[in-house]
Amino acid sequence: MFGLFSQIGTVIVMNIRSLPQRLWMSLAAVLAVSVVVAVLLSFLSMSNGFASTLDGTGSDSVAIVTRSGSQSELNSVISRDSVNIVSTAPGIATTTDGQPFYSAELYVVVDGIKKSSGTEVNIPMRGISRTGFELRDKVEIVEGRVFEPGTNELIVGQGVLGQFDGFDLGQEVTFGKTRWSVVGVFSTGGSAFESELWADARMVQDLFNRGNSFQTMRIRLAEPGNVDGIREMIENDPRLILDVDTESDYFATQGEALQGIVFFGWGISIVMGLGALAGALNTMYTSVASRSAEIATLRAIGFSNLSAFFGTLSESILLSLVGGVVGALVSYLFMDGLTTATMGPGFTQVVFTFELSPALFQNGIMLALLIGLVGGFFPAWRAARLPVITAFQKAT
Amino acid sequence: MSVLFELKNVVKGFVKGKEKISIFEDLNMTIEEGDFVAIMGPSGSGKTTLLNMLGGVDQPTGGEVWFDGERIDSLSEGNLAKWRANNVGFIFQFYNLMPMLNAARNVELPLLLTKLSGKQRKKNVETALTLVELADRAKHMPSEMSGGQQQRVAIARAIVSDPKLLLCDEPTGDLDRATADEILRMLQLLNQKFNKTIVMVTHDPAAAKYAKRTIHLDKGEFVEEELVA
Ligand SMILES: Nc1ncnc2c1ncn2[C@@H]1O[C@H](COP(=O)(O)OP(=O)(O)OP(=O)(O)O)[C@@H](O)[C@H]1O
Ligand SMILES: [Mg+2]
Repeated sequence: MFGLFSQIGTVIVMNIRSLPQRLWMSLAAVLAVSVVVAVLLSFLSMSNGFASTLDGTGSDSVAIVTRSGSQSELNSVISRDSVNIVSTAPGIATTTDGQPFYSAELYVVVDGIKKSSGTEVNIPMRGISRTGFELRDKVEIVEGRVFEPGTNELIVGQGVLGQFDGFDLGQEVTFGKTRWSVVGVFSTGGSAFESELWADARMVQDLFNRGNSFQTMRIRLAEPGNVDGIREMIENDPRLILDVDTESDYFATQGEALQGIVFFGWGISIVMGLGALAGALNTMYTSVASRSAEIATLRAIGFSNLSAFFGTLSESILLSLVGGVVGALVSYLFMDGLTTATMGPGFTQVVFTFELSPALFQNGIMLALLIGLVGGFFPAWRAARLPVITAFQKAT
Repeated sequence: MSVLFELKNVVKGFVKGKEKISIFEDLNMTIEEGDFVAIMGPSGSGKTTLLNMLGGVDQPTGGEVWFDGERIDSLSEGNLAKWRANNVGFIFQFYNLMPMLNAARNVELPLLLTKLSGKQRKKNVETALTLVELADRAKHMPSEMSGGQQQRVAIARAIVSDPKLLLCDEPTGDLDRATADEILRMLQLLNQKFNKTIVMVTHDPAAAKYAKRTIHLDKGEFVEEELVA
């Protein structure tokens, strides 16, 4: 055992100093690993960002009522009568002037042009009332003012402003036969609501021919998380064919469908990782071959075969760690904080931001380590098994 | 003089595919401590194979190899490595220096296997380099040195841990006459002044003259030659 560490240390120093001789091959191996890690992290940060947008959207103290069986707000319908009945359910908070604290909302889609691709996509437009503002915790007008009830005015979420053309403050927009003017920009602290346009509920009903029906009902709960009273009333009243859930549960369920991104990301990364692994193996076998005389000479001198093994393995791990860190840095520089919009629940666009976290970095580095470990193991094994008489053979 | 090496009924063969090559069928020899033996013989006669068995980097197929009262042919791989570290210094035809380490670091390599402190190691490296007259080249890389200088670094590396035995395979095979003579004089000095036992394989009769005696290997047999005074 004695001196094993100094033996291994010396071998590692020699290997690393001789790297320039295998520069291109080693760089290719590093590059392959960094691409794999960057791809993995971009998928993971995407789903992470998406999930946290949806998570942030739902509140625990707000219940959402939709038509039973509707998969999204878009294909839900609730009549004025149903709204009135539900508003009498127990467990609903009251406003300062003693009214039940709820907001009946419309949710329609309008066309928008995506800045990045120039393509036409669906943007959700919400018909909302004063209480709808009060009901949501983090709503804030960051520019301009709120729409005047009863007018063709709308306000746009910050996310919409960044991702879609034609919604700047003061601008006129046309949806079908209706014309609207943008009078304000609002923020909701990064949630999916920021991907929406908001206007007066009555106006949306009129201009989109919705009569006196709504799509969802948002209810402020007297006790956060407790929708039992409302649920009981819905179940016991045959006129009410509705579902109720807390908003946070509702959006979390919607977000789950997008777990697919994570699996897809890992799948692609693993397939690409196999390619990088082949590269690492090739690089390390070449490294062992080019150092075989050195390895054998050290063994003749009395160095243990463990030093050849760990020397080779460390070289491989070092290369892939460098690749992993480069890949992580690249994805951090180019992807973290990158904002984009994609298809969200109900085929509307959700604007969200790629979000890298230490845990995701850890995933990337672990994948790089794994490639280095496996890619170095077999060549290291060969190095350790190299016959010592190689040192005495002529012509290298 | 005491016996350092004793080979008893050594058998050695290789299997190449389906073919069996027999090199030694019944080899017996002794080498005494302080001897300087040159081994000559035609190509393929088994000189390197013999040297490898003496150095514990190759095992005989049969028979026994004794070194200083210890049987080495049956040692495990790990114990053989330790035995080599303690007892043998190797000198190769192509020097086999580590191209990425400077002269001093190359010479230091065998000392990494000892318990010596960094300071002690440095001192021993200096002593060895001084002995081969390269103290001023300690920081030079192998690529910055001539063949003769590289071989002298290799000799310093072989003797730095003060082994009893030096094994040289064509140590001058890659050098011109004058440089070869310089190296051979150095080996002779190590033999005479420092009592190193040296076994040297060579093709060169002039090189063999530096040894105390020469053994001719032919078809697995020894033909002992005259003792040089
Ligand atoms: N590892 C091996 N596997 C198979 N055959 C081998 C091996 N090593 C040596 N041989 C064979 O054994 C014989 C003796 O080889 P060896 O290298 O000992 O000869 P040598 O006397 O040193 O020759 P040279 O003067 O060319 O160096 C040769 O026929 C060689 O082909
Ligand atoms: Mg030979």
